Amino acid sequence: MHHIVIGAGPAGVTACETLRDLDPSARITLIGDEPEPPYSRMAIPYLLVEQIDESGTYLRRSNDFYARNRIDVMSMPVSSINPADKVISLSTHDTLDYDRLLIATGSTPVQPPISGINLPGVHNCWNLADARAIATRATPGTRVVLIGAGFIGCIILESLHKRGIELTVVEREDRMVPRMMDEAAGGLLKRWCESKDITILTRTGVSGIEQEGAGLSVSLDNGDTLAAGLVITATGVQPNTGFLQGADIDIDQGILVDNYLETSKADIFAAGDVAQGRDHPTGGFVVQAIQPTAVEHGRIAAANMVKARSVVHRGSLNMNILDTHGLISSSFGQWMGVEGGDSAVLLDQDRYLYLNLQFGGDHLVGASSIGYTQHIGVLRGLICSRAPLGAWKQRLLDDPTRLMEAYLGSVQGLA
Amino acid sequence: MQRSLLIDPGKCTGCVQCELACSLEKEGIFNPSKSRIRVFTFHYEGRFVPYTCTQCSEAWCMQACPVDAIALDAGTGAKVILDAACVGCKVCTISCPFGTVNYNSDTGKVIKCDLCGGDPACAKACPTAAITYVDADQTGYDKMRVWAGKTDAGAMASTQYGGT
Amino acid sequence: MAWTGKILRIDLTNIACSTEELNRQWAQEYLGQRGLATKYLVEEIDAKVDALSPENKMIMTTAPLTGTMASTGGRYSVVTKSPLTHCIACSNSGGFIGAELKNAGWDMIIFEGRAPTPVYLYIVNDQVELLSADEIWGTSVWSTDAWLHNKHQDPLLRIAAVGRSAEAGCLYAGIVNDLHRAAGRSGVGTVMAAKNLKAVAVRGTLGVGNIHDPARFMQAVTAGKKVLAEGAVTGEGLPTYGTQVLMNVINEVGALPTRNMSEVQFEGVSKVSGEAMHEPRKSDGKPNLTTNAGCFACTIACGRISTIDQGHFSVENKPEYWGNSGGLEYEAAWALGPDIGVDDLDALTYANYLCNEDGYDPISFGSTLAAAMELYQLGAITKKQTGGVELTFGSAEALVWAAEITATGEGFGKDLGLGSKRLCEKYGHPELSMTVKGQEFPAYDPRGIQGMGLAYATSNRGACHLRGYTVSSEVLGIPEQTDPLATENKAALVKAFQDATAVVDSAGLCIFTTFAWSLEDIARQIDAACEGDWSAERLTEVGERIWNMERDFNLRAGMTAADDTLPKRFLKDAAKTGPATGRVCDLDQMLPEYYQLRGWDADGVPTDATRQRLGLA
Repeated sequence: MHHIVIGAGPAGVTACETLRDLDPSARITLIGDEPEPPYSRMAIPYLLVEQIDESGTYLRRSNDFYARNRIDVMSMPVSSINPADKVISLSTHDTLDYDRLLIATGSTPVQPPISGINLPGVHNCWNLADARAIATRATPGTRVVLIGAGFIGCIILESLHKRGIELTVVEREDRMVPRMMDEAAGGLLKRWCESKDITILTRTGVSGIEQEGAGLSVSLDNGDTLAAGLVITATGVQPNTGFLQGADIDIDQGILVDNYLETSKADIFAAGDVAQGRDHPTGGFVVQAIQPTAVEHGRIAAANMVKARSVVHRGSLNMNILDTHGLISSSFGQWMGVEGGDSAVLLDQDRYLYLNLQFGGDHLVGASSIGYTQHIGVLRGLICSRAPLGAWKQRLLDDPTRLMEAYLGSVQGLA
Repeated sequence: MQRSLLIDPGKCTGCVQCELACSLEKEGIFNPSKSRIRVFTFHYEGRFVPYTCTQCSEAWCMQACPVDAIALDAGTGAKVILDAACVGCKVCTISCPFGTVNYNSDTGKVIKCDLCGGDPACAKACPTAAITYVDADQTGYDKMRVWAGKTDAGAMASTQYGGT
Repeated sequence: MAWTGKILRIDLTNIACSTEELNRQWAQEYLGQRGLATKYLVEEIDAKVDALSPENKMIMTTAPLTGTMASTGGRYSVVTKSPLTHCIACSNSGGFIGAELKNAGWDMIIFEGRAPTPVYLYIVNDQVELLSADEIWGTSVWSTDAWLHNKHQDPLLRIAAVGRSAEAGCLYAGIVNDLHRAAGRSGVGTVMAAKNLKAVAVRGTLGVGNIHDPARFMQAVTAGKKVLAEGAVTGEGLPTYGTQVLMNVINEVGALPTRNMSEVQFEGVSKVSGEAMHEPRKSDGKPNLTTNAGCFACTIACGRISTIDQGHFSVENKPEYWGNSGGLEYEAAWALGPDIGVDDLDALTYANYLCNEDGYDPISFGSTLAAAMELYQLGAITKKQTGGVELTFGSAEALVWAAEITATGEGFGKDLGLGSKRLCEKYGHPELSMTVKGQEFPAYDPRGIQGMGLAYATSNRGACHLRGYTVSSEVLGIPEQTDPLATENKAALVKAFQDATAVVDSAGLCIFTTFAWSLEDIARQIDAACEGDWSAERLTEVGERIWNMERDFNLRAGMTAADDTLPKRFLKDAAKTGPATGRVCDLDQMLPEYYQLRGWDADGVPTDATRQRLGLA
């Protein structure tokens, strides 16, 4: 049995680990397309502040993890796959036969359609190569323009700011992290950043970037221009499915998978950012592109690669936790609420505190928070267990901070 | 036989000796806010519930960690934070559906119960035996694991998955 | 060390907060809490100030062992001049806020002046803010607690607040923390409300460190916990029955004051005892008591968590009182029960809830109500004042009505809020007030426990069991049995208890530990926690110094030896039943010896030699 896993991110590495666990004798090949050992993009902000070195970003710490688990690691782009013959082609034109294939190729930053986006000094902040380039350019005093105040944009704010640069963030939408938080929360984040001397321009687009002397000039759609020594784009990501042209695998936003994370082609599975998997609690199929989901996908797909249809993927919860220059926010599931559902909201503008619980019937279906760091995992527990809240629902409506009590009382039945 | 913490809320008086012992053991200072075990008060019900990590076999925290900073202590079964490796991304704090991994903003890293290497300070400090350290099969965490199963993204379709 | 070394000074008049260094010299001489805060107070205010004027100050204070793992080490005190007694007031409370304040990095908060409009103090470690309390002024402690938790989105915020009784000027209003623990006596809450300070809300995450010798401290702590666990009272009696373990015991010895202390035994005692709280109710099969509860770090856990029968007339159609809350402690149960002749456990529990909800001292309230009932019996108070309510001994309905109007200060509740002394004066019978220096008695009749008579007469905060609890020796035999009916050697016993209690109250510990701990047990913990050599002898001297400092303040405030006395009822009317039948309290046989042992002159004034010996000159 030969398992091939394409993509050396969290989904791919977790899958390999699970495969080895469940299938001690199989041959396992892990194919990445970056030169470094498999690493985590989540750790890049910490690399940028020099809290860790590059080895601190590696997904598995022990030097012999891959050898010990007899995982052949290759670094080579995959150019195509042929499901009919169960073979993949590498960019070197070599081919590899597989019995089971996992596509865990992740995603790539979207390049906004802006003139000058390819100029030197314009970078994504996505991989280690980007991080090195940013570290070189983002020297103290440098003016940096960050295009996009989504999750990735926010998570690198502090690391950029700590490098002593002058930072301006440009966001097309009406608020920061529009896909993770509502207006109230986005507004708090903005005020927080501004209090840290970061300029945040919302409802503002970038119309073009030009070279100007040794630096860059960023034109905004409001007519202003910003001088910059470095421009970083973080305007979203899209699944890496380009190499699947011709493979006749069903693709929507990402690769469509069933409840076993198997694609429309037998013996080919998909996991992580590239997969459009089942969402909890809606039951729909979406691309989530988050670390915990990638890991869940990898684990479950691997189990089904070893033993067909042995583990059902009941859906992963979309959730995020974000540290924006020390202000910690999180969102879970249907944080935007559901039709006919109840909600409980607390907002303290002065102290940057926010808690928003969304109920669907007798269950919690979503939540978002700012300034909460203790026991917040129970938001996941409450949503995913679909525990009937009973009397706790009214208590949460009266005082949503009693989350832990509600969780222990309803989910754990301890009170 | 591995042991685990057995918590009997019916015996708890809410005195937080466990929190004090935990923070002293782990932080070198009496500081309940940094304790890995916390006692929750149910005022209306008249009940006190000590609560900490069960070292669940699913180990969502460990699975979700992007930098391999949570390790299994083979001796105790505890899932242990490796401070040197933890970058403080907090993904584990939202991944743990029990809410027992918490971010410590003072250190920029996360904290959770590690069973004190097999001699938990909370159990030793508890004056009413509401917290004891016993053979794992006595703990009654089975109920908790049922809910854990419901939380899990994956469910066994037919046969057993893995050797958890 | 063990002190944080930091004091917070809150100038309410100018809405200004400042910090200062703790006076380390004073800390070595007065330890913490009661002793240290009193030292600050007596240095900073004129003893003659009007207690409710802006010139009075109010100090909330922790102690070296507050916030540590020492069993019961979670206490704090409120020190001010009392509006009830015009003497020093020092009220001590458990719960969690004391430890929280220490965890926030503060030894003490000194409140000065009076806020122009209602405010509350919000503390998160070194962030300190005075914020508007307009929205919570006029609401109960419980409402205030919920509002603050919600506003600050922090379930772990610890809150101490005054209720509507304090705002209405009830002279025995307390400060309630953690919903049902209280710095209850002497009107410290009245002072707080007079300062327009509604609440103190604290969150501390800094921890309590600075332990001088951590390893030795933990040895002493662990040994101390073992002693408490093995003690009959601390390891069994108190956890099982709470302080209510005493109800039957004190009745047996003929010292359970009944119907405004006119009798010494109560026929309905078995219905309101600690044992009764364990008995299933007929209605729902549940006992009054749900569980026992510990304050911060307390391994005794005497606290009572109770419910009221949902069908009881007091809470019918009031579901807000159907949940668990702080239940009856002995003194409260006595004041709301035997002292007014009521034996309805649910009514007592309800009245006790209201005392917590709106922050007034159940001892003073019950005793005042007892006096009112006797005045009603005599016809000095009539239905005209009560609006038609029959204010008769034994009436649970009267208790419930009185508790509700005292909570808000409406109608006759205003009179009940005056306290027993002023009420009896107002209605022309001062002799019916069971008070010393204006403060109401607790639950031990000095005819049946003679030493307590001397303790009451000489207590620096008026009639009080917590300034020298000789009941421990005279009834419980701890540390050794003395004859409750004897007066010999009681002066020395009272002095020893008073001085030791001052130490415990200044250490951060609960007085109940002394049912098992000796001063040596305490000294070992303090010595390991704090710099300097802390022996039991040195602690005793600290206690004596504190006692004399308090006495000095009271003398300067205008108190004289004539105030070291008891109501005539105890001195003239003999007990009619029980072991003390035929006895009065023979105070005159003990008081002169007490003055002598104290090193005071015949007028009860510390001599120069005494002052010099204690470093008070």
